[in-house]
This record gives sequence, C-alpha cells and structure tokens, in this order.
Amino acid sequence: MNILFYIASLIAIIASIMVITRHNAVHALLYLVLSLLAVAVVFYISGAPYAAALEIIVYAGAIVILFVFVVMMLNLDKSPEDEKSKTGYKTWIVPTVLSLVLIVEFIYAFLTNNPLQAKVQVVGVKQIAVSLFTTYLLGAELIGILLLAGIVGAYHLGRTKKRNLHRYLEVSQESDIKENE
Amino acid sequence: MGITFEEQLILAGTLFMIGFVGILVRRNILFMLMGLEIMMNSAGLVFIAAGSRFGQPDGQVMFIFIIAVAAAEVSVALALVIQMFKHFKTVDTESLNTLK
Repeated sequence: MNILFYIASLIAIIASIMVITRHNAVHALLYLVLSLLAVAVVFYISGAPYAAALEIIVYAGAIVILFVFVVMMLNLDKSPEDEKSKTGYKTWIVPTVLSLVLIVEFIYAFLTNNPLQAKVQVVGVKQIAVSLFTTYLLGAELIGILLLAGIVGAYHLGRTKKRNLHRYLEVSQESDIKENE
Repeated sequence: MGITFEEQLILAGTLFMIGFVGILVRRNILFMLMGLEIMMNSAGLVFIAAGSRFGQPDGQVMFIFIIAVAAAEVSVALALVIQMFKHFKTVDTESLNTLK
C-alpha cells in the first residue's frame, strides 16, 4: 500500500499547486475537488473509510459547491485571458492525467482484495459513532449550535437590504460614493 | 510495510504550506479562501493520521468537527464576499482600502 499512498499524495500536492496558480476560478475549484479526492484516498489507505466518505460527501460535495455557486453568481469566471485559452488541448492534459491516475489507483485498490486490513487497523463507523455520542457528546452538540450560528449569520450577511430613499437623497448618495472612490 | 506516521505528516505539512503560499500570493479573495480550505484539509489529515496511528476513533471525530467548522466558516465568508462584491464591484482585496 505504500506505492498507492505515494501516488495519491503526489496527486494531492500537484492538484493543490494547480489550485493556487490558476487564473480562472472554476478551474481552480475543480482542481480543489481533485485534491480533496486524493486526500480521501489517503484517508482510506490509513484505515479511516468513514473519514474518506465524509470528506467526499461534505467537503468536496458541499463546501466546494458553495464556492462554485458564488463564482457563478458573481460571474467571476469570465476573465479576458481565458477567452484565448478556452479551446485547445493544453488545458486538458494535466487534469486528465491526474484524474486518470487517481481512478486507476482507485480501481486497483478495490480489485486487490483489500490487503491493507492485515496491516492497518481500520477504525469503523460504529466505533466513531459510539465515541462521538458518548465521549464527545458535548462537542457534537456544540457543532450543531455552531452550524446554526453559521446559517443565521450567512443569511443575514447575504441579504440585500433595499432602502427606499427620497429621489433627491438617492442622487446625493450616488455622488457621495463617487467622491469616496 | 504500511504507511508511517511521519510520511502522512510530511504530506499534511506540504499541503499546509501550499495553501499558505496561496493565501499570501493571491489577491483574489476567493483564491485566498481556497487556500484556507486546503490548509484546513491538511489539518484534518494530521488528525486522521494520529487516529490511525493509535487505532482510536478520536482522530476521525476531530475530523468531523473540523469539517463542520470549515463549512460554517465558508458559508459566512462567502456571504461576506457577496457583500464585498456588491459594494466594491470587484473581488480584488486591494480594493479594500477605504479605511485608511
């Protein structure tokens, strides 16, 4: 299982470097998904299948989707240099190679009849559930409250407050903004 | 032999530094948030590695907490990004200089 870990960690590192060096926001987000998938493979190899599934479902499947929604909403993926390099095979090489290596490794890890269980202690879901709701019960409840605070905060911060001003006041507000810029 | 604890720590440290460099270098607020996500993922990797070393579920429980904190933080941060875009019409952090 050593070689699988090395390949997955190399993919994670390369994908993370591609995340921070892209100019297009959507490209960077897709490389981020690739990096998260590679780290999920590392989790699986370390005997933490529940963390691997959770990473893919929650991290790559909800948090990155939030990013994608915001990028699409603010129309940020239209950059001038992107128009030139949109067509052409050069943008396809790196993500295709990385994804192909990851999926081949994934299939290989499934087909070789799971030899890692002889060497690595697999911590299953039941153990985590028991630990989460007995030892760390306070933490689980606090996480629920934190998520509630996050929801309410995000709702209030994302709201548009429509102010109905008198039309003369509207004109003066625009000129105030122009003076400050 | 299996994967040693040190190798996983090296991977986590490398990912952390890559995310950190991403925050330092990029000016776009969304790329800074992406770097932050990479850093939090690497911190979770450290906890998973520690939990797998001792065979205890505490590492994965801590990873659940880290994911929940990252989700709440990302949602609030993106709401702030939307407000910033609405006011300054750009996501460039160099435009946030009206307080000086």
